[in-house]
Amino acid sequence: MVPLSYYLVLSGILFACGVTGFLIKRNIISIFMSIELMLNGVNLSFVAFAAQWKALSGQVFVFFVMVVAAAEAAVGLAIIIAVYRTRETLNVDQVNLLKL
Amino acid sequence: MFHLIIFSVFGLICIVGAVNLLVQRHPINSALSLVVVMGSLAVEYLLLGAEFVAAVQIIVYAGAVMVLFVFVIMLLNAGVEERTQGSRVALWFGVPGILVGGLLVSWVMLEQAGIQAVPVGALPGPPKTLAWLLFHEYLLPFEITSILVLIAIMGAVVLASRPESVQRSKKEA
Amino acid sequence: MTIQTFILVSIIKIVICIGVLLTAVAYTVWLERKVVGHIQNRWGPTRVGPFGLLQPLADGLKFIFKEDLLPPHVSKPLYIAAPMLALIFALTSISVIPLGDWVSIAGIHTPLQITDVNIGLLIVLGVTSLGVYGVALAGWSSNSKYSLLGGLRASAQMISYEIALGLSLVGVLVLAGSFSLHDIVEAQGGTFWGFVPRWNIFQGQFVAFFIYLMAAYAETNRVPFDLPEAETELVAGYHTEYSAMKFAMFFMAEYANMITVACLATILFLGGWKGLPYGPAWLQNLPVIWFVLKVFCFLFLYIWVRGTLPRFRYDQLMSFGWKFLLPLAIANLVITALVVAVRA
Repeated sequence: MVPLSYYLVLSGILFACGVTGFLIKRNIISIFMSIELMLNGVNLSFVAFAAQWKALSGQVFVFFVMVVAAAEAAVGLAIIIAVYRTRETLNVDQVNLLKL
Repeated sequence: MFHLIIFSVFGLICIVGAVNLLVQRHPINSALSLVVVMGSLAVEYLLLGAEFVAAVQIIVYAGAVMVLFVFVIMLLNAGVEERTQGSRVALWFGVPGILVGGLLVSWVMLEQAGIQAVPVGALPGPPKTLAWLLFHEYLLPFEITSILVLIAIMGAVVLASRPESVQRSKKEA
Repeated sequence: MTIQTFILVSIIKIVICIGVLLTAVAYTVWLERKVVGHIQNRWGPTRVGPFGLLQPLADGLKFIFKEDLLPPHVSKPLYIAAPMLALIFALTSISVIPLGDWVSIAGIHTPLQITDVNIGLLIVLGVTSLGVYGVALAGWSSNSKYSLLGGLRASAQMISYEIALGLSLVGVLVLAGSFSLHDIVEAQGGTFWGFVPRWNIFQGQFVAFFIYLMAAYAETNRVPFDLPEAETELVAGYHTEYSAMKFAMFFMAEYANMITVACLATILFLGGWKGLPYGPAWLQNLPVIWFVLKVFCFLFLYIWVRGTLPRFRYDQLMSFGWKFLLPLAIANLVITALVVAVRA
């Protein structure tokens, strides 16, 4: 039997790794992947609580999170492609002026 | 006991994958570690009795969203990322900060020994019950999410298409 | 059944399945060369053994003895891992394909599939989605323009047609009411009006069958959708830089995918292991023979189409998948759901 807190600690570690990646990475695609890692950590929390309280609403909410994450990935990657086409770089530190 | 072993093994794979995502300098290696994280998370969902969610995680997240990431990395030919001033500062301040925050939260959670253990596969989550919930109680969020996806598709197509002015100037030249 | 018996039975089933699948892959290659040869009015392999039946063995020996190059300009871990990934995911989906009903051999009651999970169909779809990685990483790691373009095109094509594939199957799911492949076949028992078997293709999923057929041809990168690996277009696409055993792994993965898709088509649309409902009961319920016969018919159709049709251009291919198959699959789903709701 695995206590609930173990699942929550794992979810917290994944979320913390996602936040760390968001802060320290400079490539725009890696930053985006850290966001996806954060969302995955949160999904694990949802499913763990759904199992704890025997409420299937947790799993339904996981669907919504996944769908929104997929939509966000599509739009975000399209923005990244557009930024790359104009600025020729994927480094976030060099995309710091509105002027091209 | 067996369940604790499986949880620990795949939890360790998750954590190693997440740390590898941070440590790797080329985005394609980070993307592949993220796929590994998602795969082991799917196994954790199976342990929690959420088999449909595990299958959807593999099909949608690991099989479509991450393929999109890999595709964009290949298309844009992303290279190894360089170390700039900003990233060094973030490294020295960010990593210890997050570590302290994460350890604090984990300590608080583990202190809550009052919460009982989660039996494996406890929740009978057949897809039928999930579908019932999705289409009866959560119908409004479902419809709004589908409109959101439609907007996202249109936005992505518009954002990623080549700008009109470039095409016109090419035709005139 | 105790846990030790269960593990032993599972291991035996896995060994038999993998052995049969790898032999089937080798002989599908032989079948293709013979059939395409006869379509093109020539013999195909005839020299090695009677009717060229030992040709796959000779091919296997050739692949083992060829020089296994590791070009200096590739990124080594991904280059070596990509064909392994492709083959692993191609062989994994056989684990939920039922070849027959539950049988009792020597007192052990077991289904004729490796496991009978109640999300069997989703596992096959998931493994198909993961199979795109083998192709994409092969194109990327080879560090050559033909490979990169071929890899990009192949992975874009595969993820586009996955959607139409999945949606065409949802009609079947609505009729059967379960994701488990065993239950889907069970729901196709009996007959209409006494002589038409109640297979899903006759139960109104005719359009879905054709959508599935075309999406499957595109998923497995076969003619008429094989632009990403066409020799005249892109040298050899994503497996340009591969030789010997790694190339053989890609080759085997492609044919294993073909066989998986054929097995799925028989289970979902052609009634699985259920025979024609005429004749004595023992003939109708032969465990494996009907299944193999139907898979063979489907593979023959695959090879026949390969020998006959020219290939699509890439933009024709993509617009066909997104603008024609996807709306058709959605329409099929809506109509099926309406019919089932009205009938209930």
